[in-house]
Amino acid sequence: MRTLRIVVASMTLATLPVLASAADDVAALRAEMQALKSDYNARVEALEARIQQLETANAATADATLAAAATPEPPPAAPATSSASAFNPAISLILGGSYTRTSRNPADWQIAGFVPAGDEIGPGERSFNLGESELTFSANIDPYFAGTLTAAITADNEIEVEEAFFRTTALRGGLSVKGGRFFSGVGYLNEVHAHAWDFVDQPLVYQAMFGGQYRQNGVQVKWLAPTDLFLEFGAETGNGDNFPGTRLEDNGLNGATLFAHVGGDIGDYTSWRAGASWLTLNAEDRPGGIPGADGASAFDSFSGDSDTWVVDGVLKWAPSPRRQLKVQGEYMRRKEQGTYVFDPAGVAALANYRNTQSGWYLQSVYQFAPRWRVGLRYDSLDSGGALYTPAAIDPPIDFGLPPDALHPERVSLMLDWNPSEFSRLRAQYDWDDARDDGDSPMDGDGVLRLQYIYGMGAHGAHKY
Amino acid sequence: MKTFIRLFAVLLAGAASLPASAALKVLATTPDWGALTTELGGDKVNVYVATTALQDVHRVEAKPSLVARARSADLVVATGAELEVGWLPVLLQEAGNPRVQPGQPGYFEAASALKLLEVPTKLDRAMGDIHPLGNPHVQLDPRNIQAVAHALTARLAQIDPAQAAFYAARGKDFDARWDAAIKGWEAKAAPLRGKPVVIMHRDQVYLCHWLGLAEVASIEPKPGVPPTAAYLGALVGKLTATPAKLILLNAYNDPKAANWLSERVHTPDVVLPFSVGGSDRARDLFGLFDDTVDKLLAALK
Repeated sequence: MRTLRIVVASMTLATLPVLASAADDVAALRAEMQALKSDYNARVEALEARIQQLETANAATADATLAAAATPEPPPAAPATSSASAFNPAISLILGGSYTRTSRNPADWQIAGFVPAGDEIGPGERSFNLGESELTFSANIDPYFAGTLTAAITADNEIEVEEAFFRTTALRGGLSVKGGRFFSGVGYLNEVHAHAWDFVDQPLVYQAMFGGQYRQNGVQVKWLAPTDLFLEFGAETGNGDNFPGTRLEDNGLNGATLFAHVGGDIGDYTSWRAGASWLTLNAEDRPGGIPGADGASAFDSFSGDSDTWVVDGVLKWAPSPRRQLKVQGEYMRRKEQGTYVFDPAGVAALANYRNTQSGWYLQSVYQFAPRWRVGLRYDSLDSGGALYTPAAIDPPIDFGLPPDALHPERVSLMLDWNPSEFSRLRAQYDWDDARDDGDSPMDGDGVLRLQYIYGMGAHGAHKY
Repeated sequence: MKTFIRLFAVLLAGAASLPASAALKVLATTPDWGALTTELGGDKVNVYVATTALQDVHRVEAKPSLVARARSADLVVATGAELEVGWLPVLLQEAGNPRVQPGQPGYFEAASALKLLEVPTKLDRAMGDIHPLGNPHVQLDPRNIQAVAHALTARLAQIDPAQAAFYAARGKDFDARWDAAIKGWEAKAAPLRGKPVVIMHRDQVYLCHWLGLAEVASIEPKPGVPPTAAYLGALVGKLTATPAKLILLNAYNDPKAANWLSERVHTPDVVLPFSVGGSDRARDLFGLFDDTVDKLLAALK
């Protein structure tokens, strides 16, 4: 546009001499023209300089663009880093539910010889059951701590704090500290959340020994050895308020947990982990306990020491991304010693009590196709023969010989289909002789469960 | 109980008395970053690779052996962009090693040195396995390897300043050899430019982008979603009408669907190493690209 104006101006200038005809005015006009000329020259020069400047700049930009195109991947404008750096906690939500069909009334389901506390045991009610909806929030708190909350919204419209803990992130030397409410590090399955279980429910031994899972309300210290072999040691203490312990009526802590895990690889495809744990707790007036010889349970309460040993092992073989075999087993042994209050008719009677109970499970899950897994589990328990001796209190009770140990058993077969990492549909059939009134699990209760588990939000962790 | 405490004490004492090695301990998430770290660090680094070329890096678990390696690592070299989202955060959380946590110099993400392709504009898991930060399967474009090499050289020097000159020299040497190799591969692969190909998963996108292969279809209807019979049927129709030249597969993929499609549409399928260790020739990064380019050219004939 400017260039056009200059051209017009120059043409106008060229016609000026013709217009100036008077001789007198020639000199004056000459002077004026000269002035105009030099003025225009100056302006034209300025404009030309600008054009040149713009052209150079354009060329430079074009060169730069070409150069950039020639360079393979231009350096990023903003570096890609983990999305965990967002300030909002990572949120994940698990939906679950099941349909249950049992051949016997689930109301009289019990683990014979074991009366654990807690309501998260047994096959649950018949027909459709909404499972726990689990909501997890987690984030780094500051450069030193991270926090996690897992809340379970139950089908009874209650909110339960499943886990709520802080953990350290900046301690050196393989040390880490966890505090709050958390699943104890004992055993292998104890720390695993329900949605990540390989079967619909926990093995019977977990239900019998811990009422499902042992939850610590306290602190945990873990140390990981600086070795190529995985070697981890942990210790916990807390208020003991989880079966088989109870909260005590004093300011002290109740109980302690020690555990050690060792693990590694065998070749490229096989990995393993083994562990041993020990849990000691005190119980004060813990409701429930060993039923009488007739199998019926009166209202009883136990006070005393409860020590549990757990030995666990897991082996995984993954020869391809589409196939995996997992074999795991755990053995638990619990020794309890203390006093027992029998209160059959409102008259409390006291007895000394001693018993050793044990149980184990062995399970295997095989992923035989990218989306399909099949699993088999065997549960076995030994209730021990409880030894009651009269305490020095009235009225004395004659106990006679200890009752025979009971042997609840169960066999579970599972098949699940995983359309993606975030969804799982499962069928499980149990031959359930937890009541120990059949000769073998095959005579027991037939329990069929169809289950769904869906995960939303933050990507789940592939815990070992 | 006493036995247990004694065992505990013995194990503790044994573990604490182990000598520390002088070389920088590096935990690499994939064989490619492991190979690159070895190229750059030589004998000054002791590299442990968390996965093999025959694994799906997305579906790995935080195995005990990996936790143990993360515990003593001086540097973790990961892809980033959420490729390892399922297991690396757990690993680092369990490791009790503050030096390799995200944000620390001991944590390196290859993606931080790159501009990723396919950054989604919409995030919805109904679209399959999508990665919010872009496609993380970056290693099959050698120019990416080069960019990562530059950043990694700088990082090695940062965490091991005593050997900075050594890393710089190795980095320069690698850069020169790699530059020459890229020119060689590009010249050799010129006949591949513009050839229509079918890919298996979106992890072949960077390879296509580099060699100018035209991706005309994907065997997975959505990332991470296996094809249905109906989808494959439609694919046969599409590829019969407008044939592709090659069907690309990775060593770790299930070849069934690709083999089936290959027979139906009379298009050769070619199994590429995908990662260092994915084939006999792919023993290092140079071998990975030598083998990839040669296999593509051989299949095209």
